[in-house]
Amino acid sequence: MSKFKKKKSGALPAISTASLPDIVFMLLFFFMVATVMRQNTLMIENNLPFADQVEKLDKKDLVMYIYAGKPSENYKQYGTEAKIQLNDKFADVSEIASFIAAERASKREELIPFLTTALKVDSDANMGLIGDIKQELRKVNALKINYTTKKGSVLGRD
Amino acid sequence: MAKRAAPEVNAGSMADIAFLLLIFFLVTTTIEVDSGINRKLPPMEESEEDVVIKQKNIFTVLLNGKDQLLVEDDLMELEDLRAAAIEFLDNGGDKSCSYCNGEKDPSSSDNPDKAIISLKNERETTYKQYIAVQNELVAAYNELRNKRAQDQYGQSFTEMQANYKDVNWPGNKDKLKEKIDQIKADYPQKLSEVQ
Repeated sequence: MSKFKKKKSGALPAISTASLPDIVFMLLFFFMVATVMRQNTLMIENNLPFADQVEKLDKKDLVMYIYAGKPSENYKQYGTEAKIQLNDKFADVSEIASFIAAERASKREELIPFLTTALKVDSDANMGLIGDIKQELRKVNALKINYTTKKGSVLGRD
Repeated sequence: MAKRAAPEVNAGSMADIAFLLLIFFLVTTTIEVDSGINRKLPPMEESEEDVVIKQKNIFTVLLNGKDQLLVEDDLMELEDLRAAAIEFLDNGGDKSCSYCNGEKDPSSSDNPDKAIISLKNERETTYKQYIAVQNELVAAYNELRNKRAQDQYGQSFTEMQANYKDVNWPGNKDKLKEKIDQIKADYPQKLSEVQ
C-alpha cells in the first residue's frame, strides 16, 4: 500500500523565475516605446514658470525650441546674464533668424505654416530678452509661439 | 552518420541582458508632454491707418520692472486681475450684447467684440510675473467662454475643445467646430501687447 503514498515534504516549493525575463521584456518594450531622447544638452538653468491655462503642444516634430536663461554652474565663465541657447550652444539674438531658416529648411514645405516656436525660458529671465526674441521672430514671420510652462497654480508659488 | 542534435543555447542570461537594456531606457526616458500658453505674434507690417479705439474699450495692464501691476491706472494684486478682466470684458455697455452678464456700465467696454486688453511690460519685468499675468488674462477669457458654452450647449468650452482634439470622440466634429468657433466669436481674444 505504501506504493501510493505520496512523499510529503514540509518546505514550500521555490517560486519559478522562468517568467521573469518575460516581465522584464514587457517593461523594456514599454520604456523603449515611451522614451524620447533629449535632443539638446541644456547649458542654462531652465526652471520653467507655472501656469494653469495651458494647452498641450502636440506634434513634436513641428516644434522649434528656443531656450533662454542664466548659464548653469558648469558654464559660469559665460557670465550671469540670461542668454539664449539654440541647439547645443549659446547664441546671440541675431542668430535666431538663421536658426529659424535652418529649421524650416529641414521640414517639408507644406508643414512650414504649422511650425510653432516653443520658448522655454527660465522664470527669472528678464522680459527684455524675451521681447528681443519675439521681435526677431516677427521679422522672420514665425508668429506661432508657445510659452512652455509647467502645470500648476500661478499664485502662492515662488 | 549519426545525426547530432544541436546543443541548446543557454537562455539563463537572457534576463540579465533584458535588465541591462531596461535600466538603460529607464534612465534615458523622459516622459514629458510639453504644454504652455499659445500666443500669436502680430505680423511685422504695420497697418497704415490708425484705428481709433475709444479709451473706455481698452483695459490697460502695466507691469513694471519691480513686477508690480498697474491696471487702469490703479495698483492691483495679481489675485484680483482675473475678476477685473472678466468684469471689463463682460460689461456690455452699449447693450448690444445679449449674453453679457456685466453691469452695463456705459463708462466701461461697449461689448466683448470691442473690448481690448492691452498688456505692457518693461524690460526688467521677470518672465515669471509676465507668464502669471498672461495666464490670468487667458483664464478670464476661458472663464467667460466656459460660461457661455455651458449656457448654450450644456458643456464647458474646455471640454468641447478637448473633445475636438480627441480622436476617439464619437460625435460630429464639424458641428462641434462650428460651436467652438461661435463661442470664440462671442468672446474674441483681443489681447494686444505694446512693444
